[in-house]
Amino acid sequence: MPIDPSYYREIIMDNYSYPRHKHLSDDKDYDHRHMASDSCIDDITVQAKIKDGKIQDVRFDGQACTISTASTSILTHLLEGKTIEEAENIMNNYNKMIHGQPYDADVLEDAVVFEGVAKQPNRIGCATIGWRAMEEMIDEYEKAHPSTTKEAAQ
Amino acid sequence: MNIKEHIDEIRADFPILKREMSGYPLDYLDSCATALKPQCVIDEVVRYYTYLGANAQRGDYEMAAQVDHALEEARKTVMKFINASRKEEIVFTSGATEGLNLLALMVTNEYLKEGDAILTAETEHASSILPWQQAGYTKKIPVNFIEVDDQGRITVDHVKEAFEKFPNTKVVVFAQVSNVLGFNAPIKEIAKVAHDHGAILVVDGAQSVAHQLIDVQDMDCDFFCFSGHKLCAPTGVGVMYGKYELLDKLHPVFYGGESNARFSRTCESLVLRRTPFKFESGTQPIEGILGLATAMRYLQKLGLADIHAYEWELKKYFLHRAETELKDKIKIYNPLSEGGIITFNVYDKGQLIFPQDMASFLSSKGIAVRSGQHCAKLMGEILGVPGTVRASIYFYNTYEDVDRLVDAIKEATIEKCLDIFF
Repeated sequence: MPIDPSYYREIIMDNYSYPRHKHLSDDKDYDHRHMASDSCIDDITVQAKIKDGKIQDVRFDGQACTISTASTSILTHLLEGKTIEEAENIMNNYNKMIHGQPYDADVLEDAVVFEGVAKQPNRIGCATIGWRAMEEMIDEYEKAHPSTTKEAAQ
Repeated sequence: MNIKEHIDEIRADFPILKREMSGYPLDYLDSCATALKPQCVIDEVVRYYTYLGANAQRGDYEMAAQVDHALEEARKTVMKFINASRKEEIVFTSGATEGLNLLALMVTNEYLKEGDAILTAETEHASSILPWQQAGYTKKIPVNFIEVDDQGRITVDHVKEAFEKFPNTKVVVFAQVSNVLGFNAPIKEIAKVAHDHGAILVVDGAQSVAHQLIDVQDMDCDFFCFSGHKLCAPTGVGVMYGKYELLDKLHPVFYGGESNARFSRTCESLVLRRTPFKFESGTQPIEGILGLATAMRYLQKLGLADIHAYEWELKKYFLHRAETELKDKIKIYNPLSEGGIITFNVYDKGQLIFPQDMASFLSSKGIAVRSGQHCAKLMGEILGVPGTVRASIYFYNTYEDVDRLVDAIKEATIEKCLDIFF
C-alpha cells in the first residue's frame, strides 16, 4: 500500500465533509446502537440491516469529531454487502491496526487511512466508536442466528 | 506581589514547567482542570514521607505528636485562608466532589422531607446537581433550575423569581465561579435571599478558591466545598466548610476509626467525637493536608488579589489579540467574565472545528487545553454548540503562552487538525 499522507488526509476530509450513509432509516429491519462517548462529546447512532448472514446496509447519524465521523463513514461503505465472516475479518484487522499491531492492509481498503491513530492513543476511542457499535450488532445477530451465519460463511 | 514583574521567579518554583509536550516547551492552559504544583508543595509531601511518617491522632510517641500538631496547624491555615470563624468549621475531605456529596446525603437525611426542593442552575458542574438528585430520589425531593441570563450568568433577580416559582426550596446550590464560563455568582446577595426564605446555601468553591480572596463569613454561605489540587495542592484532598452550628447538627455518612469516642455492642451506645473529627473517619491523606496548607501559604505570599488581576490581564490581552487578529476565526462565549477562563470555538471558513480536533491540534503545538462539555452537560443547550474549547490561565502563565495560543488558532484548519495522525 502506498503511504501518502496527503492522500490519506484527503480521504479523511472527504468522509468528514461528505459522510456516506449519514441518515437513519425508519425500516424496522435495522438494528441500532446509540454510542455516546463518556469522555468526549461524540454522540452518534449506528444502524445496520443484517439478513441471511450478510450485512445489507449500514447507516449512522449524529455529532462527532473528524476521526469519529470519517471512520464511521468509511465503515458504512466498507461493510456494505459483506458476509458476517468477511466483516469480522475486516473489523479484526482494523482493531489490530488501530492498536499498532501487524494487520492485513488489503482487506481494509480506505480504512487504512487511520493507521496513524495508533500514535495518538487518546483518539483511539474516536476511531473505533462506530466500529464498536457494529461489533455489538454483529454479536447480537450471531447469537440470534447461529445457523444462518454458518451457511453464509460456507 | 506584582506577578508580571516576578514571573520568572514564580515559574522557577514549578519544576514541571521545564518539561516539554509534543517537542515544545509546555504551554499549560488547563489549570481549571488541575493546577501545577510548586516545589514547596512537593517538598512538603516528601517531608511527610521522609521525616514525619506517623499516623495522626493515634500515637503516644514524639513523631506522632508532630503529625498531630502539623495537621491542626494545617486546619488553622485553611480557616484563615477562607476566613472561617473557627477551625472546627473545617472538615477535610477527598475533594469538592466528596464534600458536595456528603452534604447532599447529610442534609437530605437530616433536614429534608417530601415536598421540599433543591435549587441550582443548568450551567452548574455535575457535582452540584447529581448528588442532590440521587440523595433526594427516595424522598421525592426534586432539583429545580433557575433561569440564567443571556450571558449564562446567575443573577439575584433570577434567584428571587425561582423562590416564587418553587416556594418549597430548602437548599440552594451554586458554584461561586462557573467552571465553563468563569462568571462569579453574586453569592452574598443570593445568601440573603436564601436565608430570607429559610433555605440554606451550599457553595461549590472549586473554581473560585484558587483565584480570588475567599471570605465565607462575608459571603454568609452555610457550606463551602473545594478541592486542594486546583490551588496547587496535591490531589485527593479537599475541604468541606460549614457554619459550626449547622455542621455540628449533621450526622456523618461514614463511620469507623478516629471519628468515634466510645462504642459498645449496641447501636445506641455510639458516642462520636466532636466536630469536625466526627466527619473524618479513617486515616486522612495526611501528606495531602500538609501540602494543602503549604499551597495556601504559597498563594497568600503571591496575593490572591494580585493573582486574580494578573489572570484577567492575560485574558484581556488574549481578547485584544482575538479582536484584531482572529475576527472570523473564533467565537468566544465568555468575554465578559473577569478571570482566566476563556471558552471558545474555532472556525475554518465558517465551519466549526470540532472542539476535540482543536484540542489535539493545540496539543501538537505543546498547548494543553480542555475540550468538551467540562462536566456541565446541560450547558450545551444554553450555548447552542455540542462542546467548547476551554483555555484556563493561572499565575504561572505568560504573555508568550497567550501568544502561542493565538498564533495556533490563527493557523488552525480542519485539515491541519489531522496532521497529528501523519
